[in-house]
Amino acid sequence: MRFRNAIFTIVLLLATGFWQFAAQAAPIEIQFWHAMTGKNNEYTLKLVDGFNASQDKFKIVPVGHSNYLENLTLGVAAVRAGKQPHILQVYEVGTQTMMFSGAIVPVEEMMKEQGYNIDWNGFLGPVVGYYQASDGKLMSMPFNSSSPLFYYNKDQLEKAGISGPPVTWQELAADAKKLQASGQKCALTIGWQFWTQIENYSALHNIPFATENNGYDGLSARLVANNPRLVQHIALLEQMAKDGSFSYEGRTQTGAVPAFTSGKCSMTFNSTGDYANTAAQAKFNWAAAPMPVEEGSPVYNSIIGGATLWVLSGHPKEDYAGVAAFFNYLAQTPSQVLWHEGTGYLPITLAAYEAAKKEGFYEKSPGLEIAIKQLTRTKPTKVSRGVRLGNLSQINIVFDEELENVWAGKKTAQQAMIDADRRSNVILSEFEQLNSKK
Amino acid sequence: MDKRVIFRGRTLAYLLILPQMLITIVFFYGPASDTVVESFLLTNPFGRFSKFVWFQNFERLFASPEFHASVVLTAVFSGCVIVISVGTGLLFAVAANHVLRGAAGYKTLLIIPYGVAPAIAGELMLFLFHPSYGALAFALGRMGIPWNPLLNSNQAIALVVLSASWKEISYNFVFFLAGLQSIPAAMLEQAAVDGAGRLRRFWYIVLPLLSPTMFFLSVVNLVYAFFDTFGVIDAVTQGGPGGSTNTMIYKVYSDGFIGLNLGASYAQSVVLMIIVIGLTVMQFRYVERRVQYELT
Repeated sequence: MRFRNAIFTIVLLLATGFWQFAAQAAPIEIQFWHAMTGKNNEYTLKLVDGFNASQDKFKIVPVGHSNYLENLTLGVAAVRAGKQPHILQVYEVGTQTMMFSGAIVPVEEMMKEQGYNIDWNGFLGPVVGYYQASDGKLMSMPFNSSSPLFYYNKDQLEKAGISGPPVTWQELAADAKKLQASGQKCALTIGWQFWTQIENYSALHNIPFATENNGYDGLSARLVANNPRLVQHIALLEQMAKDGSFSYEGRTQTGAVPAFTSGKCSMTFNSTGDYANTAAQAKFNWAAAPMPVEEGSPVYNSIIGGATLWVLSGHPKEDYAGVAAFFNYLAQTPSQVLWHEGTGYLPITLAAYEAAKKEGFYEKSPGLEIAIKQLTRTKPTKVSRGVRLGNLSQINIVFDEELENVWAGKKTAQQAMIDADRRSNVILSEFEQLNSKK
Repeated sequence: MDKRVIFRGRTLAYLLILPQMLITIVFFYGPASDTVVESFLLTNPFGRFSKFVWFQNFERLFASPEFHASVVLTAVFSGCVIVISVGTGLLFAVAANHVLRGAAGYKTLLIIPYGVAPAIAGELMLFLFHPSYGALAFALGRMGIPWNPLLNSNQAIALVVLSASWKEISYNFVFFLAGLQSIPAAMLEQAAVDGAGRLRRFWYIVLPLLSPTMFFLSVVNLVYAFFDTFGVIDAVTQGGPGGSTNTMIYKVYSDGFIGLNLGASYAQSVVLMIIVIGLTVMQFRYVERRVQYELT
């Protein structure tokens, strides 16, 4: 018995000794917290494994959480406890919060410091534009970007005598009437209503959503959603909600995708991120098209959704060499093509788009090319490049609530936009008060 | 005559309550006083800097019509949850107490829902009542009731009340059942011999004897309805439609965690805390007087 104990002790000592030795020689570990699940997680791991296999100085350690909110909340708690990861994935509505967090290293600066000369002009304009400071410096690394798309049920439109997807909102409203006349009660449903009908509608028509160039130029920005063009758009949807041709199925995509793929509704707005699900579930002929616009209005680029990778400060300097090397790896064309084709998220570089095109990817998934073209059809203006507002996630909820009041017939479109502005501006003034130098 | 145990010296008494006091200080007084301090600040979510703003967080709160609506809603919501979960718990307990055959299995089944996490309870309700895929929503539609809690505020409130009450019923059931079983059978038999019917026996013997349990449960359920229901609401309605299920605790969660707007969230926590403390004090002062702890 005693003999056995002795052996056990020796083995234990050897093992821990070896482990310590191994730890000394091991690569520097870079913590990467993300919120990718399912297929997206699978491809995130493929990218991480690819990078880890390509060199032996650094090892990216991915830690997956179940959604963006959880990832951000845990990230916040980790920073407060001084145990933050190196890389934190944050959704686009958290951009301003991260920029003013006092806890990040701007990406463009870090890449330069680490000796990487990235050609940011080779990136998709609206993808980097959404995450640049007003001086044009990129703050976080674009990772998974999506774009809104218009989806339509070809069979149902044909049955109603409609030959193609509506190009303008006027056509869409007329098509809705035809669909109803053909016995299709629900013509339209909308996923991600704040993003597709407020943010993107404004960008596509170059309508300012907030002062100070949508908030890019200063914290004193206030909302101007109560403007005639946006109000008139919401009023059109209000009318459609009243006559039943627009059916509200919830704030995100969880109701809108099944409502479309079950054939309940003939047309929908959703993200490119919902493309694969739609393809898997829809048992009829369908297609994606660019977002409809107002008749006679010049058309601008759409804006993105999704998330980026933020670099958190407070780690040893040599760690950031690893973070930079990983980001450099992510920006390479093969990584981007793998990611784009595997997940349906947009490529972040033009080179990756060209490569995917050459491979014939868009013959299988034409909708994704439509999204890229819609995103890049004009150079983003100071208004169409995005929205940069503090606590945007809260403002998003305010709009969801006010839009629901319109769909329920409790408020007019105008009253809802007035109330949304008022409520959001309180949130913005709080953010300004906290973060302004005064 | 009461028998009193008398400790010599107070040291032992203090030592005995010390662990409980420590827990209360660490898990209640500490965070609660932090909350009060933070409600006067605007704070960077990452804790890097903050600004002292006096009562501005409260001023903004009280100036907001949405907050007023939330207070009214919270009163309605909590009232409904307490009445439904305590009432149904009592009903089930009385019924289960009469079951002779298979009582253990029956009781176990009634207790099980208490083991379900609030968010999962909400998710279950959503499966039943979601207008697109809920089985019961479909049945309601067949019966000619247009069911759409995504846009109909009253239906949404009914749905969150139901979801929040459901699992509390089990909790209340356990306490009522224990209370019922501790009522001496001899007393009930004697009343029956004297000619008191079931209802009379229930009203004059069972109910007074259950009043301490009922009082305890009403306090616990009040705290539950005010503080523990954000998981259910998050799973079922996210405060919608149009903010009509934005109870105070859900707004605290939504502004603080989703919005990372900590000052506003802390201020709401303080208001909520004051309301709940006030209500509990009132319960103890006015309702407890009518509670009978011993038979007279």
